Amino acid sequence: MRYIRLVAGLLAVSLALLAAGCGQNDKPVQLNGAGASFPYPLYTKWLSEYKKVKPQVTIDYQSIGSGGGIKGITERTLDFAGSDAPMTDEQLSRAPGAILHIPTVAGAVAVTYNLPDLGATLKLTPEVLAGIFLGDIKKWNDPRLAEANPGVRLPERDIVVVHRSDGSGTTNIFTDYLSKVSPVWKEKVGKGTSVQWPTGVGAKGNEGVAGQVRQTPYSIGYVELAYAIQNRLPYAELRNAAGRFVAPSLETTTAAMAGAAAQMPADMRVSIVNAPGENAYPIAGFTYLLVYKDQQDPAKGRALAEFLWWAIHEGQKYAPELLYAPLPANVVQLAEAKIKEINHNGKPFIR
Amino acid sequence: MSGTRNRVRVFSLRPATSIRLRDRGKGPAAPSPRFLAPAGRINLPAADRLLALATAAGALVILLVVVLFACELAYRSYPAWARFGPGFVTSAAWDPVRGEFGALPLVYGTLASSLVALALALPLGLGSAIFLAELAPAWLRNPLSFAVELLAAVPSVVYGLWGLFVLVPWVRTHVQPFLGHWLGWLPLFQGPPLGLGLLTAGILLAIMVTPTIAAIGREVLLAVPLHQREAILALGATRWETIRLVLLPYARAGLFGAVILALGRALGETMAVTMVIGNRHQITASLFEPAQTIASALANEFAEAHTALHMSALMAAALVLFLTTLTVNVAARLLIRKVARGPEGMRYEC
Repeated sequence: MRYIRLVAGLLAVSLALLAAGCGQNDKPVQLNGAGASFPYPLYTKWLSEYKKVKPQVTIDYQSIGSGGGIKGITERTLDFAGSDAPMTDEQLSRAPGAILHIPTVAGAVAVTYNLPDLGATLKLTPEVLAGIFLGDIKKWNDPRLAEANPGVRLPERDIVVVHRSDGSGTTNIFTDYLSKVSPVWKEKVGKGTSVQWPTGVGAKGNEGVAGQVRQTPYSIGYVELAYAIQNRLPYAELRNAAGRFVAPSLETTTAAMAGAAAQMPADMRVSIVNAPGENAYPIAGFTYLLVYKDQQDPAKGRALAEFLWWAIHEGQKYAPELLYAPLPANVVQLAEAKIKEINHNGKPFIR
Repeated sequence: MSGTRNRVRVFSLRPATSIRLRDRGKGPAAPSPRFLAPAGRINLPAADRLLALATAAGALVILLVVVLFACELAYRSYPAWARFGPGFVTSAAWDPVRGEFGALPLVYGTLASSLVALALALPLGLGSAIFLAELAPAWLRNPLSFAVELLAAVPSVVYGLWGLFVLVPWVRTHVQPFLGHWLGWLPLFQGPPLGLGLLTAGILLAIMVTPTIAAIGREVLLAVPLHQREAILALGATRWETIRLVLLPYARAGLFGAVILALGRALGETMAVTMVIGNRHQITASLFEPAQTIASALANEFAEAHTALHMSALMAAALVLFLTTLTVNVAARLLIRKVARGPEGMRYEC
C-alpha cells in the first residue's frame, strides 16, 4: 500500500516536470492595447475567443479613443493601439520606430433623418449632402433635394442638422467623405475628428445624435451604421462614385473596401470614402490596429503577430454578427503582407 | 446667553437643529486637554503643538493641490498661449482642423448659461428657503426639506439624461414657441425652436442649483436668532415685514454665500450641460441658439484631441475656467464682506 503511494507520487512529480518542460515555449504572455472605441465590442469578442485558441496569451484592450491609442503606442506604453483614422505623417515621424497599420474591419456611417410621413427612403447625392451640412440647403423642399427624390413629397420645412459634438472617428470618416466630394467643404471645413461645423447642433455620442434626430422632426444627422441598424433608425441611400444609389449595409461596406483595394498604397493608410465599385457604399472607413514593425520582446512580438494573423482570418467570422463589415479577400492579402513584416532583430515571426 | 435661547426654544415651533448648530460654535473653545494627553505622559503644550501642526499640514495640502493644479494647467497649456497669446481669450475661432483656437465663445457660453440658471434659481431657491424656514407648517417642513436635500444629491448625469429626453422636447414644443410668440421682439428669444441650446441648459442648471440655494438658505435663515424675530414681532410687524426687515438683512451674507456656491456649481457643471446645450462654438444674443461652455468643450473633445495644439488649447480653456471660478469666488467674498458690514449685532458669519 505504502509502495503504491510512493510510485503514484513519483509519477505525479515526473508528469508535472514533463508538463513544465513542454510549457517552456508557451510562457504566459500579456499584451496591452488600447484606443478606438468603435471596434471595442468586436475586439472584446476576439480577445475572449482567442483566449480559447491560445490560453497562455492574455490580451487587454481598453476603449480610450483613437487619440489616446496613438499617444500610447508612440510613447511605447502600449503593445498595440486601435485607431479609426490612419496616423498622419507628422504623428508617424514622432514615433520611435516604424509603425504598421493593420486593417481589421470596416465601419460605415449612415445618414439618418426624421421626416414624418415621407413614405419612401430618402435619396441623397453627394452635392446635396454637402449642401445640407454646409447650411446652403436650408429647406427640405429645396429643388436639389427634390431632383434626387422624384415622386416624393418633401415638406416645406427647415432642415435641422445634428452632428457629433465629441471628437470621434465617425466624424472623421464623414468629414473625409464630404471633403472628397465637395471642394467647398474641403476648403471651408476640412476633415478631422472634430471640425468647425458651419451649421447645426452638436450631440454627444451616437446615442446623442440618434436621440436628437428621433426627437426632432425634420432633422438629419449621421451615426455609425451598426448603431443605426441596432436601433432601427431610418437611413438614406447615397449616390456612390459609380452613380448608383446605395443603402448602407455590411455588404456594401465590404464592397467599398474591395473597390478601394485596387489603389491601396503600400502602408495601407488610405481613405476608402467614395470608393469605386457598383455596389460600394461611399461613407466607409477601415479601423486599424497599430503595431511596431520591429518588436523588442520576441515573445510579445510573436504573440502579437499570431493574434493579428488570427484576427484577419478566423476572427473575421465574428464581425458580421456584431455589425462590422469583414475584410474582402484582396484586403486580407494586403494585410497578410503587413503582418509578415513584424519582426525581431530582422527575423519575422510569420513567414 | 445660550441658556436664554434654550428656554426660548421651549415655546417656539422651530426645530432644535439650528440652535444646536450655533451653540456648537460658541461652546468650549478647545476639547479638554485630558483627551489629548493619555495618562499624562506627553506634556500638554507638545500635544497641542502636534495637533496644530497636523491640522496646519492638512490645510496646507489643500493649498498645495490648488497651486499645483494651476501650475500643471499653465504648463500644459503653454503651447497654446505661446501660439495665440492673450488673443486666445478674445478670439472666437475654434477650428481643430486648421489649428485655430479661441476661448471667447466658451467663456460666453459658460457665463451666459450660469446667469440664466441663477436668474431662474434665485427666486425659486430663496422662496423655498423662506418657506421652509418660516412659513411651512411643521408637518410639511421635514418631508419638504428632505426632498430638497435629496434633489441636491442626484448625480448630474441623471439630470442630463432627463434633460435630453424630457426637458429638451418640452422646451422645443412648449417653452420656445410660447416665448417666441410673446417675447419674440427681444433678441433673447429669436430663432427656430431646436430644444437644445442656452435656454435649456440654463433651465436644467437652475433645477440643479435650486436645491443648493434652498438648503443652505434654509439653514442660514434658521440661524437668525429668535430674539431678533421676537423683537420685531413685538413691535407689531407682519410676517412679511419680519422676513423683509429682519430675516433677509440679517442673513444676507449667508444667503449670498449660498448663491455663490450655486453659481460655482453652475459654472463647472459638465455632463448635464453637454447633453442639452447643443455644443456649438458661437456667441449669439438668442438663448434659443446652441452654445458651448468650457466644461462641455472639455468633455466633448478631450478624448479625441489628436494634435498637441488642440490638447494644449483645451488645457488653456481649462485654465481660463479655473481662473473664472477663482475670480467669481474672490469677487463674491469681497462683496460678502462689504454687504455683511451691517449694524452691530446684525451680522452672520458664514
